[in-house]
Amino acid sequence: MTRHIRHAAVFCALLLAALLVNAARVQLVQSGSYDANPANRRGSIARYAQPRGDILVGGTPVTGSRDTGEQLRYERTYQDGPLYAPVTGFASQVYGTTFLEHAGDALLSGSDPLLSPFPLWNDVTHGRAPGGDVVTTLNRHAQWAAYEGLDGRKGAVAAVEPSTGRVLALVSSPSYDPGMLSGNDARAERAWARLNRDPDKPMLNRAVRQTYPPGSTFKVVTAAAALDAGVVTDLDAATDSPAPYRLPGTTTRLTNEGDGCEDASLREAFEWSCNTVFAKLGVDTGLSGMTRTARAFGFNDESVRIPFGVAPSTFDTSLDRAQLALSSIGQYNTRATPLQMAMVSAAVADGGQVRTPYLVERTTRKGGATVATAGSRPSRQAMLPSTARRLRELMADVVREGTGTNAAIPGAIVGGKTGTAQHGLGNAGIPYAWFVSWAQGQRDPVPRVAVAVVVEDGSARRGDITGGGMAAPIARAVMEAVLDS
Amino acid sequence: MTKAGVGAGTGTTVAADAPAATVGLPRRRGVELSLIVLAVLLSVYGYCAVGLARNGSLPPGAAGYGAGLGVLALLAHLAVRLRAPWADPLLLPIAVLLNGMGLVLIYRLDLETPGERAAPTQLVWSTVGVALFIVVVTALGDHRVLQRYSYVCVVAALALLTLPILFPAVNGARIWIRIAGFSIQPGEFAKVLLAVFFAAYLAANRTALSYAGRRIWRFSRMQLPTGRVLGPIVTIWLLSVGVLILERDLGTSLLFFGLFVVMLYVATGRTGWIAVGLLLASLGAVAVGRLEPHVHSRIEDWLHPFASIEAGQGANQLAQSLFSFAAGGAFGTGLGVGHSILIGFAAKSDFILATAGEELGLAGLSALFLLYGLLVERGYRAGLSARDPFGRLLAAGLASIVAFQVFVIAGGVTGLIPLTGMAMPFLAQGGSSVVTNWAIVALLIRVSDSARRPCGAPSAAPPTDPAAAPLAGPVARRAARRPHGPTAVQPTEPRTEPPTAPLGVQPGEPVDALVDKGPKSPGRTG
Repeated sequence: MTRHIRHAAVFCALLLAALLVNAARVQLVQSGSYDANPANRRGSIARYAQPRGDILVGGTPVTGSRDTGEQLRYERTYQDGPLYAPVTGFASQVYGTTFLEHAGDALLSGSDPLLSPFPLWNDVTHGRAPGGDVVTTLNRHAQWAAYEGLDGRKGAVAAVEPSTGRVLALVSSPSYDPGMLSGNDARAERAWARLNRDPDKPMLNRAVRQTYPPGSTFKVVTAAAALDAGVVTDLDAATDSPAPYRLPGTTTRLTNEGDGCEDASLREAFEWSCNTVFAKLGVDTGLSGMTRTARAFGFNDESVRIPFGVAPSTFDTSLDRAQLALSSIGQYNTRATPLQMAMVSAAVADGGQVRTPYLVERTTRKGGATVATAGSRPSRQAMLPSTARRLRELMADVVREGTGTNAAIPGAIVGGKTGTAQHGLGNAGIPYAWFVSWAQGQRDPVPRVAVAVVVEDGSARRGDITGGGMAAPIARAVMEAVLDS
Repeated sequence: MTKAGVGAGTGTTVAADAPAATVGLPRRRGVELSLIVLAVLLSVYGYCAVGLARNGSLPPGAAGYGAGLGVLALLAHLAVRLRAPWADPLLLPIAVLLNGMGLVLIYRLDLETPGERAAPTQLVWSTVGVALFIVVVTALGDHRVLQRYSYVCVVAALALLTLPILFPAVNGARIWIRIAGFSIQPGEFAKVLLAVFFAAYLAANRTALSYAGRRIWRFSRMQLPTGRVLGPIVTIWLLSVGVLILERDLGTSLLFFGLFVVMLYVATGRTGWIAVGLLLASLGAVAVGRLEPHVHSRIEDWLHPFASIEAGQGANQLAQSLFSFAAGGAFGTGLGVGHSILIGFAAKSDFILATAGEELGLAGLSALFLLYGLLVERGYRAGLSARDPFGRLLAAGLASIVAFQVFVIAGGVTGLIPLTGMAMPFLAQGGSSVVTNWAIVALLIRVSDSARRPCGAPSAAPPTDPAAAPLAGPVARRAARRPHGPTAVQPTEPRTEPPTAPLGVQPGEPVDALVDKGPKSPGRTG
């Protein structure tokens, strides 16, 4: 019997060995694939087990975290959610993340390897560092001024610092409260459905993700191209341009809103936004010259990230002369985001330099120790410095005595350009009101802010929709806010 | 740990039990006490670790928990020290540690389900279990007494097995009865009773059962049993299938059948029994797997644990269990910070091992497996050193019960074999299981005590007398192999054993002698 008891014991030892080997298979060999299974909730639980890092504006957080005590413990909260929604985006337990919440997710959620005290530390300990903070370049007052200026009308504002490319304001209207989407309850589900159904598209970030026909504000680009190409050498010399202007190779006649554009000088044409003059200037500069300058300003660049992606602004590069004429006054296939037009204005203000725009000043650990800074950004020359100087002169004239007087700030040098962009089938849509500008305070060595405002307002009477009337006051408020701070 | 503990404890033993050491085999009660203290401390440490991980402070009940477990363990130890002083010193500490860890894991899972606390109930059941342990160790002077009650045992076992059929099914299985708010699984107690019956039956009839029938093929060493003695195994097989079909309890029926086959093999040494057993088992398994949807779905789950995920219905219990083990990795997340509660239903009972796997990692899980391995090994060891066939079969059977139970449920929750509901011995929530396992350990303690007890001549001088001790040395021990006689330790203690007369007649065949004198031999009617 002894022998057989031993056999039974050996059999049990084999069973034990099988258990141990199988445990090692599950816990070591296949552990990775089990952990990565989408039905495994541990990843989400770990992600929401600690407060998310914050997004800071002007040194104070505009985000927070709420302890729900549920399985997915911490939920995102927002102070002034609608105001900063185009910057922060949302961080939802169900619908994912967008904008800065998305671009900085690894850092905010604490999974970024840069946050761990030693290399590979978090991999070894299965741990997660406390969420880091994202410090933005935004100017709180400029952001408020833009938001209040739009006052719920459909539109967007982008403001940058010309000498650096720091984004000072980024507002899209109408907006929404991203905090409504944070949780995983029925309330978030309803909010999500409602926001997606809304015909005004409140979740659309019009400042960076929507392109508009830039209309007359594009004349800044056309003027830069013409001046750089030497098509115009004297701002005050009469141009040889008929009014109305027959588009080359067609019978279509291009007209102006006002009179006095025939053979107007570049200064007059810019001041009074003569379509005929700029259409002809574009044709005279030629497709290659126009394309080169538009590219240098940032058009057709699909790689802009601030750090979230910006929709590429477009300038069509295969055009006949009639199309080129229309494109040169910001129509046809020319489209631009508000941020792109702010970059155009900033390039004029900064001696022709186009700075890559950025929204994140630096990222820090929870305690405030810096993880990474924006550092120096590449810049490129969009036009000759002399051209930039002359364009500043032209833009300042617009505000002093042209279509943009609404943007004037006492005691500051302000340059601007209005735009009223037609769109829709047969130009039947209500035009967009544009204004791009820059401002330099009395004691400032260089211009401190460049702004682009677009208002796509459906309620105003058609005759009132001019960039100078609707968009310029908003731009002025934003510029004042920056100059005062 | 164990090695160090034994080493440290040995010193204590020598100091504490110096007089006994002179008798022969060391009793090692000091080792046992040290290991029990270590087991209690480990459990309290685990309890504190849960609290520290969850709230950053020691849990309020830590002292009470430690004291409760400590008192239970000490009482059990006292019972062993007084009534079974020669018992194996590892059995009780392992049981205490497993029960303590089980309480820690259940307490830890209770934190996730504030509505239903299971740890207090489990502590009550553990107390009942230890009480039964003490009763068995104290009242049962000799395990061979049980041989006389083998028929009572089998009738009781069958009654307990059929009882739940009268009660409504719970979660698809009719294995519970509800009395006064307590759920009891009578099948658990039936395991021990059946093991006692099998041991008695086989001890009485093993000679007849050993007759070889025809060889399976020429020159093969494997021989089938004769047709006449096939009756019992077929009966047990039918019983198992009956349990399976009537109660839908695959695990228990597997356990009964496996237990019988192993004990049959141990008793007769015929590999043919294993062949017959395997054949019948696979026949039953195939038939049941085809016919019973309940069993069939378990097999499907085992083959495709993630099928429900692919079907868009989320992870099922087995998938969640695998996720749990995987999340533990090599060293685990630490007590109190895993998410095994995602398993949902039965996380504290059938799937308790997943919590251990996630929070203690492969390291902790392997340690638990090795503890069970050690417990089983000590059980077989008791069987090997027992002097009577009944004791040998009983110890081997009880050890096999623990081994099979661990394998069936641990293999089930880790995806090694199809999952069947069964309690992890000592660890899982479930009162009947804990009480039964304490009874198993108590019986093993009894067998090992009688196996390791030195057998001096009845007239031998009490070894507590220092002068007489050298005389009762190895020679005396070897000469008299009779199982009974005045022990060296408590010569004045009143024994609850049966009269020694029938046992003392034939030292070589004490059991058969006893059985033949009984009114009915189980072998002749079984």
